[in-house]
Amino acid sequence: MRFYRAHVLVCAGTNCSLKGNRAVREALIREIEGKGLGEEVKVIETGCFGLCEQGPTIVIYPEGVLYCRATVEDVPELVDSHLLKGRRVERLLYREPTRPVAVQTVPELDYFKKQVRVVLRNCGIIDPDSIEEYIGQGGYTALAKALAMKPEEVIAQVKASGLRGRGGAGFPTGLKWEFGRKAPGGVKYVVCNADEGEPGTFKDRLILEGDPHAVLEAMAIAGWAIGANYGYIYIRGEYQLSIQRLERAIEQARRLGLLGQNIFNSGFNFDVEVRIGAGAYVCGEETALFESLEGKRGEPRIKPPYPTDVGLFGKPTVINNVETLANIPPIITRGAEWFRTLGTEKCPGTKVFTLTGDIVNEGLIEVPMGITLREVVYEIGGGIPNGHKFKMAQTGGTSGGCLPEALLDVPMDYDQLAAAGSALGSGALLIMDDTHCIVDVARCFARFFLHESCGQCIPCREGTLQLYHLVDGITRGTGTRQDLELIERLSRTMYVAPLCPLGQTAPLPIMTTLKYFKDEYLAHVDSRVCPTGTCRALATGHAAD
Amino acid sequence: MKSLEELEKIRKQAQEALKVREGQKPVRIVVAMGTCGIAAGAREVMTTILEELAARSLSDVSVTQTGCMGLCEQEPLVTVEKPGQPAVTYGNINAERARRIVAQHLVNDAVVGEWVVATKR
Amino acid sequence: MAVALDKLSPDLREQRLREVEAAVARHRDKPGALLAVLKEVQGILGYLPEEALKKVSQGLELPLSQVYGVATFYTLFNTRPRGQHIIRLCESAPCHVQGAREVLEALKRELGIGPGEDTPDGKWSLELVSCIGVCGVAPAIMIDDQVYGNLTPDCIPGILASYR
Repeated sequence: MRFYRAHVLVCAGTNCSLKGNRAVREALIREIEGKGLGEEVKVIETGCFGLCEQGPTIVIYPEGVLYCRATVEDVPELVDSHLLKGRRVERLLYREPTRPVAVQTVPELDYFKKQVRVVLRNCGIIDPDSIEEYIGQGGYTALAKALAMKPEEVIAQVKASGLRGRGGAGFPTGLKWEFGRKAPGGVKYVVCNADEGEPGTFKDRLILEGDPHAVLEAMAIAGWAIGANYGYIYIRGEYQLSIQRLERAIEQARRLGLLGQNIFNSGFNFDVEVRIGAGAYVCGEETALFESLEGKRGEPRIKPPYPTDVGLFGKPTVINNVETLANIPPIITRGAEWFRTLGTEKCPGTKVFTLTGDIVNEGLIEVPMGITLREVVYEIGGGIPNGHKFKMAQTGGTSGGCLPEALLDVPMDYDQLAAAGSALGSGALLIMDDTHCIVDVARCFARFFLHESCGQCIPCREGTLQLYHLVDGITRGTGTRQDLELIERLSRTMYVAPLCPLGQTAPLPIMTTLKYFKDEYLAHVDSRVCPTGTCRALATGHAAD
Repeated sequence: MKSLEELEKIRKQAQEALKVREGQKPVRIVVAMGTCGIAAGAREVMTTILEELAARSLSDVSVTQTGCMGLCEQEPLVTVEKPGQPAVTYGNINAERARRIVAQHLVNDAVVGEWVVATKR
Repeated sequence: MAVALDKLSPDLREQRLREVEAAVARHRDKPGALLAVLKEVQGILGYLPEEALKKVSQGLELPLSQVYGVATFYTLFNTRPRGQHIIRLCESAPCHVQGAREVLEALKRELGIGPGEDTPDGKWSLELVSCIGVCGVAPAIMIDDQVYGNLTPDCIPGILASYR
């Protein structure tokens, strides 16, 4: 590889690509070539940085200076000033809302101070299209190390790390692998669940866009551990860039013999295929995903049998989420004990959260498990913009619960959020300020489940429809106190009766809004008033006491 | 991929090239690249230094450029900064001399006295 | 608009159906390839007419009921011809709270159609969809494969104009 005195990293994540990163990158290359700097300065497309709100983001090394919201018009100045004359372009530096002075370099940012990057270790640092850069950061050494261990030892290490599934359910990954290992049968599969559809979640997309090899390496390790020689990545059809990056990464890994026959002379063969979904939220449920992979409607199966016994094509299958897999290589190379130094006792490690809604730094962060909602919202997220007040946070995406301000100090891991009546889920955090109507948002949740119910089992198909009509009626001014009781009764049935988690979690977001913001519901049904003025069929203003 | 050694080889090469992203290095080489410097051949000096660093795997050095220092007469100018030592500015540098500065000053810690135009604490 | 299969000239129709057969043949030996086949067929014809589904059913030796069931289950498949460009507006919560409703109003106004409808000139179709995974820049729409984010109602005329 060549030496360059400076590397200019341009975020090429989807979010930044919406803000014209491609045009900026092309302009940079043109300008750099034009100034004759092509031999000294390298422009690299990298994965998401996390600061989606500030895009397109550019980082110039060796100084590590972070530039935000750069446009094509800014490029000549950037090149002339920073790269040619060595002077920073003040006006494009990142400004933190809490500090009057511009932040100069990446490590200085409050945004990054509380973050611990394990899963996102390479995102925004390497060129995801270069397997050499991944290897340069220590990539594929975990696979080499695992192949020198016995499969049982690999499983023991993953078990000892305490890693739990990051797709939302939080099942211990090592235990899942052990079940897969012990299941009888010659043919087994490893499946990567990249059918990320939970509203507010885009972490898997950014991991795949920024560090696709991490997932391939982990799948090969999982294959060795359970005795599988073939893996599938099931990814949603909307994720075009991730699909391209993965396909390219697979080609590169095959070229270097890191996928294929006799990897590291161990006698172990493993290959991976990408399969593309066609638009169905329910396919994120593991057995529905198998159905879809088999070319059928994505309708969940009855469990048991569990996937580790009867999975894809009826064979024992270990299915892991993208983020879970991205944790595997560091656990193998750095050990279970190191992993346990992060996070909480029952939920070791980090969690990637996606911040959306009314928050200054919308984007992607990685923090130790057990961090409080308050720290995330105010210290990393930069607080609520436009002088508004925090109203509620929904954790875990649309299938998670809504928490009011009084619960901002709850530590976020699987167990403690569940105890607070919510869920960690996929790590989506939707923040809402006091201008939004809670019933209107609940209606939006209900509509989502109605739309995404696969229709197979009656409690979900009918239940989501009735829930929607009940909540919709309240926003239209036809709701009654009886409807609120009906919602509660229906929810109790739906928590237990549907076949899969889609139906079982559908009432949770609505019930938590009802629990914590009952006054607002009552204003809608008793006084026909929407306090925020969002529900157009109702009067605006505060309900009379 | 048949062995860990093979992987290590790729890793080492890639790692060197990636070091530039780890932040400022203790040792810095600054090439003056104003119009006059470039006209006098600073561009060639710069690429030579980069090639020489790559050839010797000296990845702990950051190379930056700066504008005109005002000493147009002496261009191309190259400054070497090492921790705990005065910064040394060399004048009238060409590709050949740049190579010698890397070999003598950077590797062997011996200032090449004959081309020094200034030193600064 | 994707032209309905029976409106094509006999020659073109034959040619397209041969392409469909070739696509089916390419995936024959892959287990569970139905979704990939339907995606390719939709790429050739613009939608999934009954005749094509029959070809897929015969080629992959799957019951027509299964093929039709799959074609109607997934939101990215269409069994009737749609507009030349399909606009998918995310209606999930993160986009909703950031103003998706106003963006929808603007789209309806500009196009003169509502969700699930096609413009009479066959240029546009409008769909409401669940999260498309770009919530960091909500509210967002997808036009075919291209995503647009951080939208306000004012952005819509300009975006639509770029397709004219």
